[in-house]
Amino acid sequence: MLSIKNLHAGIAGKEILNGINLEIKAGEVHAIMGPNGSGKSTLSSVLAGRSDYNVTEGDVTFNGKNLLEMSPEDRAREGLFLAFQYPIEIPGVSTINFLKTAINELRAYKKLPPMEAKDFLKLVKEKQALVELTTNLANRAINEGFSGGEKKRNEVFQMAMLEPTLAILDETDSGLDIDALKIVANGVNKLRGKERSFVIITHYQRLLEYIVPDFVHVLFNGKIVKSGGKELALELEAKGYDWIKQQELAMGS
Amino acid sequence: MTTVEKISATENLVSEFQKTKASLKGFAVLREKAIIEFERIGIPNRKNEEWKYSDASALFKEELQVLGSKFQMKKEDVAKFLVPDLNASIVVLVNGIYSEEHSSLKNISKGVIVSSFSKALNENTKAFSEHFTKYADITSDAFTALNTAFASDGVFISVPDNTVVEFPVHIINIISAKGDQGGLLVQPRFLFVIGGNAELKIIESFDTLNSSTKTICNSVTEISVGENAKVQYYKLQNDCAGIHLISTVTAHQQKNSHFDTNTVTLNGDWIRNNLSILVDAEHCESHLNGLFITRGTQHVDNHTLVDHRKPNCQSNQLYKGILDEKSTGIFNGKIFVKRDAQKTNAYQSSKNILLSDDATINTKPQLEIYADDVKCSHGSTTGQLNEEAMFYLRSRGLSEDSAKNLLLFAFAGDVIQKIQIEPLRIYLEELVNERLKK
Repeated sequence: MLSIKNLHAGIAGKEILNGINLEIKAGEVHAIMGPNGSGKSTLSSVLAGRSDYNVTEGDVTFNGKNLLEMSPEDRAREGLFLAFQYPIEIPGVSTINFLKTAINELRAYKKLPPMEAKDFLKLVKEKQALVELTTNLANRAINEGFSGGEKKRNEVFQMAMLEPTLAILDETDSGLDIDALKIVANGVNKLRGKERSFVIITHYQRLLEYIVPDFVHVLFNGKIVKSGGKELALELEAKGYDWIKQQELAMGS
Repeated sequence: MTTVEKISATENLVSEFQKTKASLKGFAVLREKAIIEFERIGIPNRKNEEWKYSDASALFKEELQVLGSKFQMKKEDVAKFLVPDLNASIVVLVNGIYSEEHSSLKNISKGVIVSSFSKALNENTKAFSEHFTKYADITSDAFTALNTAFASDGVFISVPDNTVVEFPVHIINIISAKGDQGGLLVQPRFLFVIGGNAELKIIESFDTLNSSTKTICNSVTEISVGENAKVQYYKLQNDCAGIHLISTVTAHQQKNSHFDTNTVTLNGDWIRNNLSILVDAEHCESHLNGLFITRGTQHVDNHTLVDHRKPNCQSNQLYKGILDEKSTGIFNGKIFVKRDAQKTNAYQSSKNILLSDDATINTKPQLEIYADDVKCSHGSTTGQLNEEAMFYLRSRGLSEDSAKNLLLFAFAGDVIQKIQIEPLRIYLEELVNERLKK
């Protein structure tokens, strides 16, 4: 589904990713962990198509197509979804209007007719329940006045609405208390399936207790330095990132 | 060179006045006084601080016909300028002349007068003479003086005390000039007198119809808002491609009164809106809102003045501009707080988005505060579309255009939401949405 080969990328002339290799198959859940500044958010930004990042080397293919050549909207239309670490507030833009536009543009891309208003509202209700988002979104601007937890739940709600094939969760656990974390994780787990893959980017192991990954990768200095199963996350939790740093330094010397 | 042009255009209009004054009814002394003031001030050019960014003298380079010419119009022609689903009294002016044929008044209560200005000039009732030229200042503004000298038609509305006019009055200014007629100068005049405890809603739109030559419309409006009265005044500049418009509105507020106004400009070649609120008694509220969306080489200039003369009043201003291509926008907002006007709350905000490198916006807040116990603030921002918001929307599958439209519509929506007449608000939402898509 997603194939990242020797990806080098940076921002403002500074290289942050130093050759990432990663293969993700349909239905898999990959966790990417790493200390601050290791390049986790750069990776998600580059995959979603944020224009201020430059790719200097390497390839990324998504369902056999060159992802890096696509606009952010075409990546979304191809089935990619990024749940933002800091979802922004957009005053004046109604969540419902925005989602209706998004869904219908996704459908148009797949040559499907626009969704009926009735079906759309039914879908909204159903997916809101998934993340226990009780706010009446019809009159609310995107994330305006939302708490941190509501913003993250809104991201998962949008994910559920748009039904991506690959979802990247960028530090979705940051700033969440344990109850909100459980709700978000529960929402994500309900969306897991044979055709849908996830990349969970996180600093802490805590989220992975609730969303159990198939693979765990450790990112350090812009490279994946260690990969393993879910037990790797526990090992990291126990030993801390210094363990990785020392290993790397030892190898480098 | 500019001096020569200024003198000649001004002198041309003065001599036009001398030729035509015999046909102008009533107020001969006032007209003479006004034309002297006009000649003294002259048509302003860029050297005049108030007209620094809007060179009015450039509009008057060619000869203009000053007497409104009549032309035939069909009922359907008016229909396209109506606000859908709005129950309103319709008043139609054709090149500044009141058209009985196309106007239709609705449920006008007893004592309320909605008439042509020429009739009001003739009858010169007490309600008329007590207010005419009392607020618009012929000694400081050339165009007010010019309009006053020539004033022959327009609309007069008088609402007696304790009267609520249920349906809004929609004044449609239709302007049309054919190529063989040369340039046309239209000068409608408006006087709205709203009595104590009375309420009135006015919509004024400027529209061009099959116009193929240059037209300048120099309109002057005076509004007297009585004690405890509530007045809403909406100015809509949409179907007016090709127009050069100088529109001067002066509202005078008495005790406990509310005056709400919203100026929406979506089309028009060259527009100058002067809006002055004279807050002349205690406990008044004034809300001034404006939105302009420009493109091509459009030029839209909004000058506001809120003159707080008495204590315990509140004024709020929100003006927003979206400027594309090579268009120019100006917002100049003056607030005076006179020495007596303690406990004044006066706020002003001007926000603008530039969509092109060639678009220009000039904003200038001017606060002059002589009282010491007041709350006043002003803010002005100019920027591009929020990149983060654009990326967020696009990452959900919205095209760049859709994302841009949603954000611009939200930006403009702040102003449109303040419109209190629902069908008008819905209509403007649609117009703005359509306009942003193009």
